Amino acid sequence: MIYKLHIWRQKNDQSAGQFELYEIDVSEDTSFLEMLDALNEQLIENDQEAIAFDFDCREGICGSCNLVINGTPHGKHRGTTTCQQYMRDYADEQELWIEPWRATAFPIIKDLIVDRTAFEKIIQAGGYIEIRTGSAIEANTIAIEKEVSDEAFDSATCIGCAACVAACPNASATLFVAAKVSHLSTLPQGQMDKKRAEKLLAEMDEQGFGGCSNYRECERVCPKEISVSTITTMNKLLYQSQ
Amino acid sequence: MTDFELDSRTPKGSLENRWTQYKFDLKIVSPANRKKYKVIIVGTGLAGAAAAASLGEMGYNVETFCFQDSPRRAHSIAAQGGINAAKNYQNDGDSVWRLFYDTIKGGDYRARESNVYRLAELSTSIIDQAVAQGVPFAREYSGYLANRSFGGAQVSRTFYARGQTGQQLLIGAYQAMSKQIAEGSINHHSRCEMQDLIMIDGKAKGIVSRDLVTGKLESHIADVVVLCTGGYGNVFYLSTNAKGCNASAAWRAHKQGALFANPSFTQIHPTCIPQHGELQSKLTLMSESLRNDGRIWAPKNKEDCEKAPEEIAEQDRDYFLERMYPAFGNLVPRDIASRAVKLICDDGRGVGHAIDGKKLGVYLDFANAIEVHGLDAIREKYGNLFDMYQHIAAEDPYTTPMRIYPAVHYTMGGLWVDYNLMTSIDGLFAGGEANFSDHGANRLGASALMQGLADGYFILPTTVSDYLAQQKPLDTSKHYPEAEQALQQCEDKIHKLMNAEDPQKTPDEFHRKLGQIIWNACGMAREKNMLEKSIKEIKALRDQFWQQVKITGGTDTLNQTLERAGRIADFFELAELMCIDALTREESCGCHAREEHITDDGEAQRHDEDFSYVAAWQYSGNLSVPVLYKEELDFEFVRPTTRNYR
Repeated sequence: MIYKLHIWRQKNDQSAGQFELYEIDVSEDTSFLEMLDALNEQLIENDQEAIAFDFDCREGICGSCNLVINGTPHGKHRGTTTCQQYMRDYADEQELWIEPWRATAFPIIKDLIVDRTAFEKIIQAGGYIEIRTGSAIEANTIAIEKEVSDEAFDSATCIGCAACVAACPNASATLFVAAKVSHLSTLPQGQMDKKRAEKLLAEMDEQGFGGCSNYRECERVCPKEISVSTITTMNKLLYQSQ
Repeated sequence: MTDFELDSRTPKGSLENRWTQYKFDLKIVSPANRKKYKVIIVGTGLAGAAAAASLGEMGYNVETFCFQDSPRRAHSIAAQGGINAAKNYQNDGDSVWRLFYDTIKGGDYRARESNVYRLAELSTSIIDQAVAQGVPFAREYSGYLANRSFGGAQVSRTFYARGQTGQQLLIGAYQAMSKQIAEGSINHHSRCEMQDLIMIDGKAKGIVSRDLVTGKLESHIADVVVLCTGGYGNVFYLSTNAKGCNASAAWRAHKQGALFANPSFTQIHPTCIPQHGELQSKLTLMSESLRNDGRIWAPKNKEDCEKAPEEIAEQDRDYFLERMYPAFGNLVPRDIASRAVKLICDDGRGVGHAIDGKKLGVYLDFANAIEVHGLDAIREKYGNLFDMYQHIAAEDPYTTPMRIYPAVHYTMGGLWVDYNLMTSIDGLFAGGEANFSDHGANRLGASALMQGLADGYFILPTTVSDYLAQQKPLDTSKHYPEAEQALQQCEDKIHKLMNAEDPQKTPDEFHRKLGQIIWNACGMAREKNMLEKSIKEIKALRDQFWQQVKITGGTDTLNQTLERAGRIADFFELAELMCIDALTREESCGCHAREEHITDDGEAQRHDEDFSYVAAWQYSGNLSVPVLYKEELDFEFVRPTTRNYR
């Protein structure tokens, strides 16, 4: 299968970027990132600089990979990450537009790589349960209803890839924050910190993310299919704490 | 390099009291003095993040490094199946002693009793710690923690969070670490890779790092250095490791004098999605937990291999693990299962895509489980794994059996460490997969998370403190010529990589070739002539690499091609040592199957009288002539027997 690729190239945060056109011939069993690997091999052979893009585990769990493919973060195959897209999913297309996440809070480092340190700062603002190593009580001392635990798990599956931000017209990180708050604050262990939601949302503002105005685009592109109901959960906790 | 005595510092006395007594005998630093000491931790996966969080809480001045854009991305995150702990919640006869015994036996009697017992002992505290952090382990309807049987164990001692246990545990450690970053006790650097160790007066006193965004080399001085940099499975090119996993930190420490133990002990995991094409960049693991409900089979007759699985009648299917190992069936340990799958495929009974004319795959079938337990129950247990399989293989495992084949997954070998987890370099510690310590010649399922966290939360904080208590804090503001010299050497190395004489081939092209050589020579089966031949090939290819590697882009900017080339250069050196180690170990044990030492029915044949030792290799200045130190293994409490899973 032969594709025309329009790929965003940008030297660094200071310079302007632009789409550049490439062509590649790959089989349908190739993954999307393997297709880019093959293109990079060609570029190096032709004395050109390889296209920079983030990846690591290539099994959809580390949250490193982050491409906008034809306008959709993580591409057309829903409920999974960029690395789990296969060229067979794009058999009907001849042209692909590949771009980085775009948000003020995520400056571009190079080409398709952005700086997601802002997410680190949000977690550092209170996205944890305080427990000193060695001071934990015996694990089965507290029983937790299976439904509560399962729901916390659903929120905890967030991989911090930031597709939610990339898809949001406001570039809001509300789904990311809500997932963390729902994970930690609905479990009995995490209920000590009543101000968690407040602290994380304040940090989100501080980092330059927009607010939520219920577009629900985040939910649509989340590779772990985290529901916007986590935002409801967070808002409830927020009002209870005030 | 000078000769020295290999001292494992293993305590004496009753096994149950060793760690407790040892801890009591260790020295401690008073709380007021801790902030005067600087601890560098390289690698922030489970072991590194847990150690950093714990040492930070204690009040030390911690500096951490990872090459990813966040500690949360470390490859610990991909561990699926679970974490073992001897809680005996299921009242099925589990105990610290049984977990210890299973781990020693599972490792084919090539690990230290003291270390393994300590690991089993600490396992229960890890679960307590993780639950308190909010790790949402699976629970029963009663509200109490659920367990499953996993990885060749006859008790249910594995705690799990669906198929994402590693992710949840890593997030727990990452969040604990994030809290310390916010409080200022940890200074963390993401996208920053260790280039070399800084040695001052024979002790590890810092590292040289490269900022992967700006390309800037920097030296960092500290009182102690801890490497939690993971395993080296990516030497094989295709493995279940993340693409970025590499051996460079450990290898560069090795070249500074740290002994490298049992480098040929690499685990081949039986249940991975088979390779399907030439451009493939990695292999994906399907959790071992699937073997609890899935049945592994291959066609009995070669002519059926072309058929769709549904068309093969029940009586024409060979459920070979159940046939060969009636007692454990599909749940035999990884090395045994992998070898059996290879045997079947070598016999010409493999299924699926052919690679180089050979069909490398067998079926993992859930039809029976779905019939007995229902679709919903199977979906609840394995939903995310089935989805992942469907994405990759474009087949629906609910209706057609999965195809699986073994792939490189974990490395039991690693930096040699003593009971304190200190390497043979004074002041250099190693934790997690980066060290060799607990798994012997084969790791049991759900034990990697356990070891990483035992090292990180409980062992390193204690032993690193003991080490620091015996040091005067270094003046980190002082100018050290050793640091400058190390930095210059790193710069020279990068310059050499960038300026090959006759640049022709991409780094990956070399890596793929190296991977093939080492997979054939030092993969599931090893044999003398093949190993000797491969050592020559590796050396020749390595020379070619330095002559012909082609890297475009600059050194003062983000350059992933350069990053990769640096890691591959180290894999080339490590690969030779792996083959030398495999050649020297004239026996089979665990993952190490020497074709000359296999029983008639295909089982590993150990030679305890000659090889009951840890092979710890020292770099001599000549890669091809490393010096072997043997740490003899004493079995005071367990009698080594032939592993029998029949």
